[in-house]
Amino acid sequence: MRRAASAIGLHATAIVLALWVVLPIYFITLAAFSTPDAVYDYPKQLLPRDVSTETMRFFLESEAVYGALGRSVMVAAVTLVLSLGIGTPAGYALARFAFRGADTFRLTIVSTRAFPIVILSIPLAVMFLRWGIDDSVFGLALAHTALALPFAVLVTSSVFAGISVELEEAAMTLGCSRAGAFRRVALPLALPGLAAAAIFVFLISWNEVFAASILTLRNPTLPAQVLAVLEQSPLPFRFAGGFFLLAPSLIVIFVIRRYLFNMWGRVIR
Amino acid sequence: MATTVAERPTLSQRVGRWEGLPYGLVLPTLAFLALFFAWPMVQAFELAFREEGTWTLEHVRTMRDDLRFEEALGFTLLLIAVIVPLQFLLALGMALLVNAKLRLRGMFLYLFLIPLAISDLAAGIVWSAIFTETGYLNTILTRLGLIDFPYIWLNPLEKHQLLLAVAAAEIWRSTALITIILIAGLQSIPRDYGEAAEVFGAGFFQRVRHVTLPMLKPSLQVALLLRIILAFEVFATVIAITGASTTVLAAEAWRWQEQNQNANVAAAYAALILVLSLVAAALVVRVLRTSKEQLLR
Repeated sequence: MRRAASAIGLHATAIVLALWVVLPIYFITLAAFSTPDAVYDYPKQLLPRDVSTETMRFFLESEAVYGALGRSVMVAAVTLVLSLGIGTPAGYALARFAFRGADTFRLTIVSTRAFPIVILSIPLAVMFLRWGIDDSVFGLALAHTALALPFAVLVTSSVFAGISVELEEAAMTLGCSRAGAFRRVALPLALPGLAAAAIFVFLISWNEVFAASILTLRNPTLPAQVLAVLEQSPLPFRFAGGFFLLAPSLIVIFVIRRYLFNMWGRVIR
Repeated sequence: MATTVAERPTLSQRVGRWEGLPYGLVLPTLAFLALFFAWPMVQAFELAFREEGTWTLEHVRTMRDDLRFEEALGFTLLLIAVIVPLQFLLALGMALLVNAKLRLRGMFLYLFLIPLAISDLAAGIVWSAIFTETGYLNTILTRLGLIDFPYIWLNPLEKHQLLLAVAAAEIWRSTALITIILIAGLQSIPRDYGEAAEVFGAGFFQRVRHVTLPMLKPSLQVALLLRIILAFEVFATVIAITGASTTVLAAEAWRWQEQNQNANVAAAYAALILVLSLVAAALVVRVLRTSKEQLLR
């Protein structure tokens, strides 16, 4: 009897906490997929009565949104390539070799988290102006890579640490070279984990707004564009924009949910 | 086939010959971080404290004398003081639930972790849809018959209400990070400990208090460290919810750079944020005695 009561209490609490997370997402989805008129209504509909894509279309067809969306994707793609291209070898080294200075290196990488992106973007803006890469996709991608690279190193290191070194040794005993053993054994096994890391790096860049806003002027990414016009924009634009920025996170967390502990559990602790 | 299988060197033996390899592998990362992380950091202090080749406190004074400075500093600190304790309770609740015998455990875990990937700007817009005058909070209160007229939650003159609105959004967005650290921590605690305590008659809260929390201390410390550091960067949530009605340190850095085109004062704000987060981090490490090993794990 007591056990049943406590099980009910447990589930009730879980449902309340889940509603706390889900209800705001439900509301913004509702607002984004109602007619622009309904967005101004008061009191609002709490159930999806008049579903319409008009508000979303209004947002996506707004001036500058389309171009900003394309730039967001490009910046995130370049960030992904740079972060994983530079970070994966370092992650592999941390996972496989006990080299002198490995601990110091790891501590350096971990401690970069203590330095906010806010402080990076302002001097980077001055530097990029001098180098002629201000207001560019590449410049912003460099800044986002500075943000995502430590993360990429730590995550790839934990991915490779999860793959038994004996498998690579076995491949080498059977005639593979060092590089061959990596390419034919470690890499394929690491691929799902690396893909999860890539998705998250992409999202770090997609979500980032401070540096994006500071480092761009006429060529903003989507969050920077939304932020720049937020105060003057009508409610339908705001709500549709909010939903559009948030939507990828719903999918991403679902897709990589199995790797989250591998990524965050180890990285952060 | 001169070489037999047994004679081939093992990986560790080969590694001996490859001593330079790990350094070659970490070098690109170090070079990138030196150029785009460490160097800008130095530059930030130059921007903040140098003018025409000499050291100066002029920009810091401009920052301090600015009308919005005190509000930005006060709001940032107050916000941290409000959100951090609340979200630790919330995260602990979520983590304990997921760790308990729960039906649909995977679904709850997914739902609790969604905000992990939501940006501060998106969270700010979501919560402005809730708190705005014709928003969902007033709609619900009206439907329940609790209010007759829409209440103005985001009144620029009511700073405490603004604080609570921003705090709600920030707690909603950033609790998942703590939750996942705590869940990972909980999973490393052997179940026998709690079961042993149960055999000796400990109730649920006693078990949490005397078994789980002490075992969870390392995770709690790291989560606290990370969360406080990140909280000094709050920015887009505040702008999306309050507009220009109130401000935080990062938002002021942004305004000085974007609107006043003054990189020096913006850098002074950035330097202040850095110093404050480092001091806070040092305090957490000191007070809770976090060891280097725990940070590295």
